Formats: sequence, C-alpha cells, structure tokens
Amino acid sequence: MSGIDIRQKAWSAGLIVLFFVGWELFCLATGMSDLVLPRPSQVFVTLYQRFPVLWPHIVQTLATTMFGFVLGVALGVALGAIIGVSKTAYDTCYPLLIGFSSIPKVAVVPIFVLWFGSGTVPAVLTALSICFFPIVVNIATGLATTEPELEDVLKALGASKFDILWNVGLPRTMPFFFASLKVAISYAFVGAVLSETVASNRGLGNVMMTASSNFNVPLVFASLFVLAALGVALYVVFSLIEGRVTGWATRKNDVIAT
Amino acid sequence: MRMQPNVQFDGQPVPEGSGPAAIELSEASVTFGRGDRAVPALSKTSLRIADGEFVALVGPSGCGKSTILRLVSGLVQPTGGVVIVGGREVAAQALRVGMAFQNPTMLPWMTIERNIMLPLKIVEPFRSDFRRLRKTEFRDKANALLEQVGLKGFGSRFPWQLSGGMLQRANLCRALIHEPRLLLLDEPFGALDQFTREELWAILQDLWMTHKPTVLLVTHDLREAGFLASRICVMSARPGRILDDSRVDFARPRTVAMTFEPDFVALNQKLRAFIEDARGAAEQGAG
Repeated sequence: MSGIDIRQKAWSAGLIVLFFVGWELFCLATGMSDLVLPRPSQVFVTLYQRFPVLWPHIVQTLATTMFGFVLGVALGVALGAIIGVSKTAYDTCYPLLIGFSSIPKVAVVPIFVLWFGSGTVPAVLTALSICFFPIVVNIATGLATTEPELEDVLKALGASKFDILWNVGLPRTMPFFFASLKVAISYAFVGAVLSETVASNRGLGNVMMTASSNFNVPLVFASLFVLAALGVALYVVFSLIEGRVTGWATRKNDVIAT
Repeated sequence: MRMQPNVQFDGQPVPEGSGPAAIELSEASVTFGRGDRAVPALSKTSLRIADGEFVALVGPSGCGKSTILRLVSGLVQPTGGVVIVGGREVAAQALRVGMAFQNPTMLPWMTIERNIMLPLKIVEPFRSDFRRLRKTEFRDKANALLEQVGLKGFGSRFPWQLSGGMLQRANLCRALIHEPRLLLLDEPFGALDQFTREELWAILQDLWMTHKPTVLLVTHDLREAGFLASRICVMSARPGRILDDSRVDFARPRTVAMTFEPDFVALNQKLRAFIEDARGAAEQGAG
C-alpha cells in the first residue's frame, strides 16, 4: 500500500469522525431536543443498551435481504444469459424490462402484502424485484460484448454455442457480474427494509416504525446506524469477493517492455 | 496469367493441379442481404489450393478476401457454387481449422499457456483428454510451440503483460496447437510495426515449414505476400473475383534481405499494378 493510499484512507476516516463530532457539537450548541435530533453519543448508548432487543431484528433483516438477493441473482443470471446470448431476445425483452424496472418498488409492496400477507414473504419479494435488474443488465452486456473474432475462431473449431458461452462468455461477464452484485446487495437491503417498514412485525424497518410512533427517536437513529453499518459491511464483502475473483479485469501496470 | 508456369517451389516440382486439393471453390459466390438490399461480396470464384500450399490473397480493401476466408472456414455459406474443404463440402460439419485475426483476442483471465490450449478444450480427440493431460502433455505441447515462436518462459504470463507482437505470436500458437491441416490468417500482422512484422514473417515461415499446414493468408501487404506465400492470388474490387494467380518460387527459408532483390521488387511491382488497375476500375464503376 502506498503512502498516498494511507493518507487517502486517513482523510476518509477523519471526515467520518468530523461528521459525528460536528453533529454532537451542533446539538449541544443549539440545545436540540432529542425528540428531533438526538446526539450521536446518545444514539450509541441506546444502541449498546438495546442491542439484545435489536439483534433478532437484525438477523431477520439480514436473512430476508440475503434470501431475496440469492433469488434475485439466480433469476437475474438466468434472464441475463438468455437475453445476452440472443440479440432477438435482447431487443424483444428490453422494453418490458425497462418498464418493470421503472416502477417504484415501494408501490409494489402493497400488492405483495395483498397476495402473501404481511411479514417475510413480501420483504423477500421486494428485495428480489429491486435487485435483479442490475444483474440482468450486466450479465447481458457482458455476454453481448464478446469479441466477434474470438467467436469466429472458436466456431471454426467446431465449438457449440454452449462451449463458447462456458469458456468465453461467462468468464467474460464475471467482472460485470461482481460489479452488479455490489449494487444488487445494496438494493436488496433497501428493498427488504422498505417492505418491513410498510408491512411487517419484524425486522429493522419495523423497529424504526414502531420506535418513531413511540417517539423513541434515539432508537430510530440507532436502527438507522445499524442499517448503515450493515449496508457498508455487505458492500465491502462483495467488493472483496469481486477483487479476488476478477482481479484480471483491474489490470496492473506491470507490462513487460520488449 | 501465370508468372512462370510450372515452376519449382521449395525445390520440389509441383505440377499444376496435381496432389489432393485441400480447398476447392467452384463458382462460389456470396451475396449478403436479400432483394433490393443485396450486396454481392464475391462473384463466381473458382480456386483450387493443393494440400500444404501457402496461398496469399491480396487486393483492394473490401474486395471479398475475408469472405473467401470465411467461406473456407464454414462461417459463411456460399450463395451459389460449391466449396469443398478437405474432400467434403463445407456445411454444418465443423472443419477444425486454425484461425488468426489482426486482433489477437487472448482471454485476459487466462495465462498465455492456457489461452493457447483453448482449442484443445474444444476439438476432439484432445477434448476428451483435456482434463487428464492439461497439466502434462498438452502443456508441454503449448510450451514447445511458444518456444518455437520465441516466447519461451512466457506461458505463465497474462496477456496484458505481453506486447502486441508477442500476443500475435501467441495467437499463431493458438491457431496451430490442435495441429490443423488448414490455417486461415486474416491480416494477422496488420496492427504491428514494420520491424515486428518482418520478425513475425520469419516465425510464420518457420512454423509453416515445420508443421506444413495448408495456409490461406489475407493481407494488404504485398511484401508480406511475397515473403511468405508460395502462390499469390490478386483479387478485384467488390464484388471480388480473382484477377491473377501467380506462383512465387523464391528459395526458402526466405529472408528480409531477399525482399530488396530485383526479382522480388519486380514481383511486387507487378502485383501493385494489378491492384491499382482493380482500384481504378472500381472507381470508374462507382463514378
């Protein structure tokens, strides 16, 4: 790691600390009521005290997110592979996909609740429906950008469509796929919390709704902090996986001159 | 219109039309599109290439040189006429020919060695043994080829670590690893600088002399054609047809110095005149 890298990280960390210190000082200076905006120190204390109560909800939200995410990935990869391999399928499906993706997902939650009742199922479905689109687009793009010359080389060897897909198409989509996973996991998380907020009796979204109706504002913020931390953690996990699996795509400058 | 009929090539007498034909185009034509939008790419062309010949196709750009290559590889079906390769009509049947283009298209996530072994993963009889032999026999095979093109020890590198010329050498290795009887090259050295290109001519000549595949080379570079080919076909502007078919009988191995000798320069000028005529005719036709 270079010196510039460390300095950059120090600046980022400094900014985060500065943000919380500024917030704290602002609340103290203005004498802000904790019903409006609790101080960060209050929030952290609440988080610490209420953690045993929050824990099952954290597990619930995470489980819902992951479940919806896994289903979304499976569906997204399948659909992306289909429309990426065939130009006709791509052109045919794209308008419908755009239509689906432009529906605000919060508007879909009541329908899921109507069909499946409140609770885990609509949350999973919302997570799924919100996260599968970036995966479809990225897989399809990755497959569609296979070099035609290489395809010719392989076809001339007698390679089947599947051979080309397996040996060239799918590995080529990996950087696109993992880049989309980072986005998709964040989306799935948003979707799950969204649905829990609207219709559920479990999960962090529900905790926030209940806490706010009880004017337990520090708990609302504590849940918000947990959500932020989880969101960042999920993003980091998938970034690390991406770096390991598709390191070849972020090539280094160690070219051998000849 | 033969430059020198029935000449010697490679010190061996090759009577015209003898030996098994590796490739035979009979009145083959190709038209892209239909109806009003139909674009003739190749007008009725007949061409017979004997087994082990090295044929260069030259001509103005867009004259259908690459179309012939794609016909022979089976990537394009003739609109009219017949294309016979290796004694069989080109159809759905895979020919397992080796191909190389200007763009080396190495897969960036694989080492050079594994890139070169890619055809072995596709083509029988290697395919069945790939899992068993990829770490032993096949890898040795890949490295033997790499050594022959001067890339010894580069097998474990990744494509982005190699220069354009090195990648193109690896590309030739990939085209030859499965021991194809037919090697199709579409302007393989077009993107390289003059010196690298000349270096690669010598390498390709060496590969051809050791492995003896039938080679069909599409090129813009007349010196390249003269250096490498045992026969040069000049094509007219689109829709293409073959204007001239000449044997080239310079002794092998040929050298870059040879390309400055009077005989070679004369050949070069003759080909040049053909292509200039073809371009002129095309412009008149268009105008």
